[in-house]
Amino acid sequence: MSEVTTAEVPWSPKRAAPGAIARLLDSKPVLIFLCLLPAVGLLLTFLTYPLGLGIWLAFTDTHVGRGGIFVGLENFESLWYDNVFWGAVFYTVFYTTVATVLKFGLGLWLALLLNENVPLKSLIRAIILMPWIVPTVLSAITFWWIYDAQFSIISYVLVDVLGWRTTYIDFLGTPWHARWSLIAANVWRGIPFVAISLLAGLQTISPSLYEAALLDGASSWQRFRKITAPLLMPILAVVLTFSVLFTFTDFQLVYAITRGGPINSTHLMATLAFQRGIPGGQLGEGAAIAVSMIPFLIFATLFSYFALARRKWQQGDDNE
Amino acid sequence: MAAVEIRDVRKSFGGTPILHGIDLDIADGEFCVLVGPSGCGKSTLLRMIAGLENISGGEIAIGGKVVNNVPPKDRDIAMVFQNYALYPHMTVRENMAFSLRLAKAPKAVVEAETSRASRILGLDTLLDRYPRQLSGGQRQRVAMGRAIVRHPQVFLFDEPLSNLDAKLRVQMRGEIKDLHQRLRTTTVYVTHDQIEAMTMADKIVVMQGGRVEQIGTPLELYDHPANLFVAGFIGSPAMNLLRGQVQGGGFRLPGTSPTSDIVFPLPEPVADGKPAVYGIRPEHLRLSDSGIPVTIQLVEPTGSETMVTARLGNATLVGAFRERVSAKVGDTLRIMPDPALAHLFSEETGMRLTS
Repeated sequence: MSEVTTAEVPWSPKRAAPGAIARLLDSKPVLIFLCLLPAVGLLLTFLTYPLGLGIWLAFTDTHVGRGGIFVGLENFESLWYDNVFWGAVFYTVFYTTVATVLKFGLGLWLALLLNENVPLKSLIRAIILMPWIVPTVLSAITFWWIYDAQFSIISYVLVDVLGWRTTYIDFLGTPWHARWSLIAANVWRGIPFVAISLLAGLQTISPSLYEAALLDGASSWQRFRKITAPLLMPILAVVLTFSVLFTFTDFQLVYAITRGGPINSTHLMATLAFQRGIPGGQLGEGAAIAVSMIPFLIFATLFSYFALARRKWQQGDDNE
Repeated sequence: MAAVEIRDVRKSFGGTPILHGIDLDIADGEFCVLVGPSGCGKSTLLRMIAGLENISGGEIAIGGKVVNNVPPKDRDIAMVFQNYALYPHMTVRENMAFSLRLAKAPKAVVEAETSRASRILGLDTLLDRYPRQLSGGQRQRVAMGRAIVRHPQVFLFDEPLSNLDAKLRVQMRGEIKDLHQRLRTTTVYVTHDQIEAMTMADKIVVMQGGRVEQIGTPLELYDHPANLFVAGFIGSPAMNLLRGQVQGGGFRLPGTSPTSDIVFPLPEPVADGKPAVYGIRPEHLRLSDSGIPVTIQLVEPTGSETMVTARLGNATLVGAFRERVSAKVGDTLRIMPDPALAHLFSEETGMRLTS
């Protein structure tokens, strides 16, 4: 058997000199530009351009099918004396406040329940997500039917089954009934998001903290107030901000159920802007209503910015 | 301060029995360590004393009062958790004061107790820090501080040192023992580390599979293990256990060939015949020219002693010698067990045969 010889022929992998394209792609500035391009491109095309166009339109008298000219603050001036616009502002704030409070109250309660060891937990969690999965317009049609003046199941139960009332309720025909009905529909749709997000937050709290508190003598209310509430606050602030933003800019549910009626009583700023701008043809005025939402949204975002600023106990180096 | 009595305590989770009737007396002021491999039920027993798990059968009494149906907060106990369970949103001071605040103690008392605890544990300079900003050992101390501000009747520790590195573990071991000597509070301490058990305990309870294997002082367990499990569990490096038979007043270990059996002397006469297990601790083997020849497999010098793993017939033997061993792998070494310190167990029942 012949001896094995090694490395008699010196060999090294061939390294061709890099070509022009390879060198270009190796340069860091070019690489950064190329990597950012898709994201920045999408943002500019679908976010910045429509927003900028909307703001520009708010200062013109553009109609559908006719380009407009710059008119300064004229659109905002006419909105200032417009009762329908102020009605929409009132209802938007009212709708957002009431719906958010209800969504958080019920959502937190649901999350706390689901955080306990209940049988069939994962099935219940899946069911809870249902209202969120159903397309908005589909659930809007369902609610429209539930709120129907003649065929409403609620009226049927109250009048024909329980006999508590003698007349059917006109849910969508009178302003306050319609306002509350829409809030109820929005709460129904919004609870899953709040409940599931808060449940995720609750699950990050170590069970041994509750055991320690139990041994320290805390009652269940004290455990909630001293352990759960402060530890849940960071995630609660995020969820609250998102929920407020989504509710404030809600459009689909209201437009599908009432279209702002009766007598403009359920117009949200978003639905009114659409109503004036597209079916009404007054693009400039519709844009002005939409732009008036911006201060409210900035306020909500600033709130989140400060509320989300890391709390003192979250700061500092993690020594683990 | 109080004694803890555990009477035939049983626990099952959904029909699966975890503890099969535990009996244990912990005297007032005693440091009792529950030790055993994972899954032996030691933590479950501790949590039952704390009231975090309910009791499926039997009785637990603290200070003479049965606490089976007493909620945890009324048992007057304090517990240190494995992960410390410090409240992350409270400072060290607030963590320690939490239980007193809940009990609506006067401000002066809260102040006095937290400063006393922080003085004992050397936490004075850290009172305004959050748990996140502390090192592992400091967190451990805060967890103990949270326990001692309340002057509980019993301290419970659930593997408190397992998250620390080796050096800190030795240091905190000393600190916990020192704390116990100063406060003299009845302590129940759970660990899977037999060294921790040996160094800290007044009384060790060795558990396995939901049963108590042996209860005794550390040296009782070391010198007179009641059965094979305790013999193998207590002591590091572990006791050598050789399988063979008692014959003619000695222990006969089968060799590689029928004629090469090796006979070890026994500390006392034992009836012939039954298969038995001969136990000898590595540190009870001596180097001796007239000893039994063994073949060296591994030599591990630690400086203070030399650990030698060797082959004897079909068995492996570990010896720890104070002398330096210059022999190499494959060499023959002559060793001699100290007959007075040998142990003999029944192979069938695992119980100790010698006294």
